[in-house]
Amino acid sequence: MTDQAYNFAYLDEQTKRMIRRALLKALAIPGYQVPFASREMPMPYGWGTGGVQVTAACLTPDDRLKVIDQGADDTTNAVSIRRFFQRTAGVATTERTTDATVIQTRHRIPEQPLAEGQILVYQVPIPEPLRFLEPRETETRKMHELEEYGLMHVKLYEDIARHGEIATAYAYPVRVEGRYVMDPSPIPKFDNPKLAGNPAIQLFGAGREARIYALPPYSDVVSLDFEDHPFTASKADHACDLCGSGSSYLDEVITDDRGTRMFVCSDTDFCAARQAQGHCGRLSPQGDAP
Amino acid sequence: MIEIQNLTKSFTLHNQGGVAIPVMAGAHLRVAPGECVGLVGRSGAGKSTLMRMVYGNYLAGGGSIRIGGVDVVTAEPRQILALRRAVLGHVSQFLRVVPRVPTLEVVAEPLLRLGIAPQAARARAADLLARLNIPERLWRLSPTTFSGGEQQRVNIARGFAHDYPALLLDEPTASLDAQNREVVLCLIEEAKARGAAILGIFHDESARDRVCDRLVDVTGFTPGLAA
Amino acid sequence: MTLMQNAITAAPLLSVQGLTKRYGPRIGCADVGFDLYPGEVLGIVGESGSGKSTLLSCLAGHQRPDQGRILFDGADVLAFSEAERRRLLRGDWAYVHQNPRDGLRMGVSAGGNVGERLMAVGARNYAAIRDSATDWLGRVEIAADRIDDRPSAFSGGMQQRLQIARNLVTGPRLVFMDEPTGGLDVSVQARLLDLLRGLVRDLGLSVVIVTHDLAVVRLLADRLMVMKSGRVVETGLTDQVLDDPQHAYTQLLVSSVLQV
Repeated sequence: MTDQAYNFAYLDEQTKRMIRRALLKALAIPGYQVPFASREMPMPYGWGTGGVQVTAACLTPDDRLKVIDQGADDTTNAVSIRRFFQRTAGVATTERTTDATVIQTRHRIPEQPLAEGQILVYQVPIPEPLRFLEPRETETRKMHELEEYGLMHVKLYEDIARHGEIATAYAYPVRVEGRYVMDPSPIPKFDNPKLAGNPAIQLFGAGREARIYALPPYSDVVSLDFEDHPFTASKADHACDLCGSGSSYLDEVITDDRGTRMFVCSDTDFCAARQAQGHCGRLSPQGDAP
Repeated sequence: MIEIQNLTKSFTLHNQGGVAIPVMAGAHLRVAPGECVGLVGRSGAGKSTLMRMVYGNYLAGGGSIRIGGVDVVTAEPRQILALRRAVLGHVSQFLRVVPRVPTLEVVAEPLLRLGIAPQAARARAADLLARLNIPERLWRLSPTTFSGGEQQRVNIARGFAHDYPALLLDEPTASLDAQNREVVLCLIEEAKARGAAILGIFHDESARDRVCDRLVDVTGFTPGLAA
Repeated sequence: MTLMQNAITAAPLLSVQGLTKRYGPRIGCADVGFDLYPGEVLGIVGESGSGKSTLLSCLAGHQRPDQGRILFDGADVLAFSEAERRRLLRGDWAYVHQNPRDGLRMGVSAGGNVGERLMAVGARNYAAIRDSATDWLGRVEIAADRIDDRPSAFSGGMQQRLQIARNLVTGPRLVFMDEPTGGLDVSVQARLLDLLRGLVRDLGLSVVIVTHDLAVVRLLADRLMVMKSGRVVETGLTDQVLDDPQHAYTQLLVSSVLQV
């Protein structure tokens, strides 16, 4: 049940209207950062205030919400945002990617391919991909306007010069529909290929910076690279120690003071589903192994 | 090749009460291809002033200076630059170069500016430097540190690097020893032989007698000095 | 004679007419006009406040003049859209700042600084970009093994040479220079002047160079424009203006400096 002290999904209807307008504009101009009147939310900046506002503007009472943080449904950030919407919107929640209609995410795209009708909402700390090389906002806007994106490649050039390869491992810049260069939020570059041609609607919200941008379904999204240093979606060269998946993005976990490590799927739902299906990895409890 | 008619010049010193000093009036002379004309007249009579006007370094007050189809008096700066590049050479008394540039490059530069291949330009420069007895070990050094005589020879090599159809020579043999003086006089004779029109100032009388076909006394062009 | 013919029949690369910039009631520069031909170096001299810097910033598109026309290759630059103007600034035009910090990205390596203009015009092959950068560092006499160092680790003279390489890598036709040797030691200045002269000659660059240093223009400029109180008071061949100045102000300017 909705907590009677709040309007449905916390934000008042005028605010939602304003955000929805920004969302529509963002969908109409894929990759373009639309300014919006970001509201104070009952959580600190950096905890997903942008994503929460976008989610609030999208939710209907029939939606089923999933919230993940670095792929996990059970971390503090994910749990509190999920609880926030349970309380203020009364919507159903789920941990299963396939069951969710709206997924708010911090820094991952679920392993399970998304489908038409689903909405993926990203939390974005810094929406401006040119920021680190050109601190002047007036100048970066001009650069977007005029498609002056040479600077983005300077960043990649510096990577190769310094590390012998493009060392940018997350928030890897992409070009959308051959037009705007976009920061995909700090997802690992392993997830970049999933941005492209995705049947789901992808919405990006930056609360502190008051910017919204979006990828409509099936958008053309290309990761920037050089001809002789092509983009590669890398991951740790291991299989999941719990479900044995060799294709999912892995977290490295140090398990004791001697530096013993294990690799596990960062997508907890994906990992749990595989284990339930009987897949197992190097450290799966032996008794459960089929 | 060089034809001067009714040339006038005065200096106006704006910062000294605006006084105007006429220094030349009614100057006229012509130099044919293959001819060397020497300017004479006592010090201050305007020999250098006339030479500088011919080179476009001083602005003429009136009259004309025609060289290879260009009137220096009325020409645009870029026409004069083109003239200096291809047609009109000048050996001044002083070498003015960018510090640090090697001697060989200094001498080859007029050729490089004409678009001649660096290798050919440097070969020509080396040839001239060798003829003028500049030791090869100095070629990689800047001439700014050289002695007066060495600098003068570098200057001459630079002035003769390109076969200019017209040449201005200001005391080319001053401060040279007998051996190098002979080389310079030979260079002048060779230039004449290939058809260059030469206008020069020579204080060295025997040199003047040897290379000049005619002498022109500029005193006749100097207001107040004309007899 | 063909060279002469070429020099005389070619159309001006840059043609400026009646350029005027006011700052309220004050005049920045007034009614300035000149033609600059391919391969020509024009020096603009005058003391501080003479309007030479205002003129340069109007020419280079950093400020918009109140009146006048600027034609580049026959095209009216002031009628350009912002996009066209900026394309010009990273392609056919280059601007060398007095302070290399204004013209370099101090947080980006020397190679990245030189490569930026290439990447801006679409270069996407890392090895080719790096080869170009190495080549250009060599041309401005910076050792190839400094390619991954940041400009902050360079001396002032090296920074200035790096700025020049960064500007010239895309083969611009017109270069604006604002006191490029200012703030450098005399010996470093000489080296830079020599370098600039060679580049201008070998690349056939047209240059507009603003400076108060008459020795610099003597060595670099073909022609001079002398400015005072925002107006051009004298123009001509560099050596003619310096050796036989006609205007009272130029005479004062020339006689005020030590022998150049």
